Amino acid sequence: MSKEKNTNTDIIEKEYSILNLGPTHPATHGIFQNVLKMDGEIIMEAESTVGYIHRAFEKIAEHRPYYQFTPITDRLNYCSSPINNMGWHMSVEKLVGIEIPKRVQYMRVIIMELARLADHIICNSVIGVDTGAMTGFLYIFQMRERIYEIYEELCGARLTTNIGRIGGLERDFSPKAWDLLDKFLKDMPPALKEFENLLMRNRIFMDRTIGCGGISAERALNYSFSGPNLRAAGVDYDVRVMNPYSSYEEFDFTIPVGTNGDTYDRFMVREEEMWQSLSIIKQAVEKIKKEPAGIYHADVPEFYLPPKEEVYNNMEALIYHFKIVMGETEIPKGEIYHAVEGGNGELGFFIISDGGRAPYRVHIRRPCFIYYQAYPEMIKGGLLSDAILTMSSMNVIAGELDA
Amino acid sequence: MEKDALFTAVQNKLSAQFGDGLIASEILADYPVFTVKSNQICDIVRFLYDDQELAFQYLTTLAGLHYPENKGQELGVMYQLHNLPKNLRIRLKIFFSISDPVVPSITSVFSAANWMERQEFDFFGIIFSGHPNLKRILNMDEMTYHPMRKEYALEDGTREDKDDKMFGR
Repeated sequence: MSKEKNTNTDIIEKEYSILNLGPTHPATHGIFQNVLKMDGEIIMEAESTVGYIHRAFEKIAEHRPYYQFTPITDRLNYCSSPINNMGWHMSVEKLVGIEIPKRVQYMRVIIMELARLADHIICNSVIGVDTGAMTGFLYIFQMRERIYEIYEELCGARLTTNIGRIGGLERDFSPKAWDLLDKFLKDMPPALKEFENLLMRNRIFMDRTIGCGGISAERALNYSFSGPNLRAAGVDYDVRVMNPYSSYEEFDFTIPVGTNGDTYDRFMVREEEMWQSLSIIKQAVEKIKKEPAGIYHADVPEFYLPPKEEVYNNMEALIYHFKIVMGETEIPKGEIYHAVEGGNGELGFFIISDGGRAPYRVHIRRPCFIYYQAYPEMIKGGLLSDAILTMSSMNVIAGELDA
Repeated sequence: MEKDALFTAVQNKLSAQFGDGLIASEILADYPVFTVKSNQICDIVRFLYDDQELAFQYLTTLAGLHYPENKGQELGVMYQLHNLPKNLRIRLKIFFSISDPVVPSITSVFSAANWMERQEFDFFGIIFSGHPNLKRILNMDEMTYHPMRKEYALEDGTREDKDDKMFGR
């Protein structure tokens, strides 16, 4: 009798519980579902379900002229939409062979680095929030607001920017934009320093994040990690350095790398990248001063919309305007892959053109989609609260994940 | 290594190792592109991974392709491999029939291929044999077709207010 009772308790002790983390859980910062098999607080197994905001971007791209796809790229990693926009413009420019003036390239570098700053501000401050430190988040978010004000001055939009055009930018930086940028460059370093003082050597934060959700360099490479997550694991792969685009080879900056690939390393890599981004922006501002003023697009009337007043008064401009808007511009046949260093990794656009008005096939290499599959492996054997922290430090953005 | 040198190096190694497994090779924009036999893709990826000199140990991405007019070779997959230390990049392509869309999975070489292959299964119906968990990933499980194939229009075919002749492809 007593023996039988013992076996029963053995069975009860070995029963795991299934926990649904998500799809709409406030701590996951997006629509992700993870089915966790829990042994008390310890995660035994995890399975991720994705696709909750899938919007068929690759299919849409096959049915739209090239310039119409730009607003859709905004919705990939919406924390740094300008990088996605620029990535798409540069891919199409590579396909049709447009040479971009140096000044425009530097202006693009400024915009992309601002976007990287905004992206890293969000990610790093949210790591703070998930460890229970709300203050840093509230401080540093003012600076993100300042970046959005610059975007607003550059293109009129804030979050989903649709910034720039194929062939350049839609307008020159206004004096107010330069002014805002100057003020931002002055105010950002002390704000970032203050943010770092709150967290970087904070005992509670360090205890909470060191050793949490780590991954080795070998596994990270096998999972095709890229961006800050790969660099935190100790691999110095940065698209800006390895395959430079938009004149990044002329800039002087370092690639920070971590050692353990854990949450703390990811945080630190992003912090240092923010300093590097600030330095790149300053260098770009100096470089622009040496370039002839007033140039903000390449001279490619077949692809770049003419100014509106010319459309109404000039026959040629009217023809080009009509051809561009109706998607009648000739696009060469070809097949290209172009990658940029996005906020969270290598964002690549693979385009096959058959000469039609829309691409024959577009494939987007979305860094989150590729590295998020390592998430179950990274949280296995850890605590549930560490899993939340791991997810926020990986910078998984639902829009990019599900495309 | 320049792209021409890389092109000949990979071409020589692949034809020496796999003979007529290498069907065609060309340079498209800045990428050497190799079309190989679909049933050998896993061996070829493994060979390029293990090769001392080439060591393509990073899978950048893979994508499904669909060319309905190429009879018997309708579906395809392109793989992009990267050697990070030397910064060498190549693209591999395979083509196979839509009536028998079964190709070997490369998940045994790259863990990253897991979701990438699931995505291409989801959208093109390419069956990767040897995949540990081949099921739909972005679309709902109840879906009965593979929407990225060219026969499926973007818009609902019954609608008349959206004329693809004017504004679509």
